[in-house]
Amino acid sequence: MNSFTTNIQLVYILAAACFVIGLHLMNSPATARRGNQVSTAGMVIAVLATLILLIHEGSVTGVGWTVLIVGTLLGSAAGLYSARTVQMTAMPQLVSMFNAVGGGAAALVAIYGYMQDESAPGGVLGTTTVFTGLDVIIGSVTFTGSLIAAGKLQGIITGQPVIFKGARALNIALAVIIVGTAAFLLTTASLPALLILVLASLAFGVLMVLPIGGADMPVVISLLNAFTGTAVAMAGFVITNWALIVAGALVGASGGILTKLMADAMNRSLANIMVGGFGTGDNALPVAAAGDAQIRSIAADDAAIQLAYASKVIIVPGYGLAAAQAQHGVAELAQVLESHGIEVSYAIHPVAGRMPGHMNVLLAEANVPYPLLKEMEEINPEFARADVALVIGANDVTNPAARRAGTAISGMPILDVDQAKSIIVVKRSMASGYAGIDNELYVNPKTSMYFADAKKAVAELTSAVKTLVG
Amino acid sequence: MSTALVTDLTIFVLALLVGIEVIGKVPATLHTPLMSAANSIHGIVLAGALLIGVTAHTFVGYVLAFVAAFFAAANVVGGYVVTGRMLKMFRRKAVPPPADAVGANGQGTPAPAPRKDGATS
Repeated sequence: MNSFTTNIQLVYILAAACFVIGLHLMNSPATARRGNQVSTAGMVIAVLATLILLIHEGSVTGVGWTVLIVGTLLGSAAGLYSARTVQMTAMPQLVSMFNAVGGGAAALVAIYGYMQDESAPGGVLGTTTVFTGLDVIIGSVTFTGSLIAAGKLQGIITGQPVIFKGARALNIALAVIIVGTAAFLLTTASLPALLILVLASLAFGVLMVLPIGGADMPVVISLLNAFTGTAVAMAGFVITNWALIVAGALVGASGGILTKLMADAMNRSLANIMVGGFGTGDNALPVAAAGDAQIRSIAADDAAIQLAYASKVIIVPGYGLAAAQAQHGVAELAQVLESHGIEVSYAIHPVAGRMPGHMNVLLAEANVPYPLLKEMEEINPEFARADVALVIGANDVTNPAARRAGTAISGMPILDVDQAKSIIVVKRSMASGYAGIDNELYVNPKTSMYFADAKKAVAELTSAVKTLVG
Repeated sequence: MSTALVTDLTIFVLALLVGIEVIGKVPATLHTPLMSAANSIHGIVLAGALLIGVTAHTFVGYVLAFVAAFFAAANVVGGYVVTGRMLKMFRRKAVPPPADAVGANGQGTPAPAPRKDGATS
């Protein structure tokens, strides 16, 4: 390593420090924007340092520069366009796409590096091959897996688990091919073998995500994010670049933590999620089976009276709220209540959206101040003091059945909605949630069901409250 | 095992531990922007794509370099922009509707300006 490349490595360390500080500043919404700026600065420094290194070495051909610059510019334009235009409800798809391209790029770096080394005299170094292999496998699996996840989230591919006969056997066969080929590559330099590794990994990525249901998407996205980070770190080992190693490790840690948080929030093991099959919802029982005699249905006016004369209201939003585009309406209702001295807060379950923290972003977009967005542990003790819990579009995460053994959601941490003095549930029908079981909250004597589309219901509630309290 | 590899592994393990420590403190409210920020950070693979792409001298090499640069650039630019966009929406207090804003700021920023102009002229 000559002194020039050493200096460039030092610049990379500076960039890596910026990434760490940037992530650190994200521990509070107040400083998070600065964190993103610090992280961006680190990235600009790293890319500039790379360009300077390339110019200094002077080994790049005219065609090479053209290819790289055009590729970078077109990619930047595509990224910029999608980032500017994406709807907040579609954020999980976009993050998934970024996972795909990140993992894909990391795999390409390793593949290309291998092609170079393989043609060089002496072939490929032993230890490098380990990282090349890992990078190619993880990167390729992430690439196709994330594309499938994005397709499922976007509705291009069915959100239902896709399970076909022999899928498990095919998965095992692919895993054997991947491990076998990787082992072969350790002893023999062979480009065709690397291609087989790439293709098998790509196929494995598809088959890995297809059987996973829509409700498990927060876990899948987190896991693929961790994969992408790991692939980038492996690419860093292949080309001996500290910036890639540090950045990849940070992302791997972030994805890993979020995967665990999401899996815990559903009380399911990662293995159980990966096997798939959950989240079908097709074994839902018909309404009549739920002992419908105990269900109390109310209209907007009655619900509005409860809200208007409450002193503390907790709103429990679920993904159904976002699907109905009702988040702005809810924010308006909350403002009306607050302007009459009613305390309003939001109880957000970790898996309330389609990715970790998704519901918070949707409500922030609807102009809800972040101090009102309460995490599960924080809000659960407050339900007992709440006069009304208003549940909109949330189902399984409010089901008291989770506290008992022997149900599909047993042990899942839930919001203690049933502790509130009265409960209003806005719902289109008695259909069950992803877990496919009836919600015992609905037959609670304190619960009133308000059957309507979330957006329409919220608008009616708002106007009814307005007329009541003037 | 070479010293360079040991150094690389050391950096990897330490960075992983730092990541766990730092990210564990991020509140659930910010988990989506966190993931998006992490996304943009792994866009550093752009540096890798550039470093490796410059050695291209065959058609296949150019194609791979182009795709890698495209992917990585989309990742890094899109990631940072969308993270910034999301974080901008997180406010401590609700922004009042425009009509209220004018009323509330009656004695605020817009009003003094003309008065000052009037005083000086």
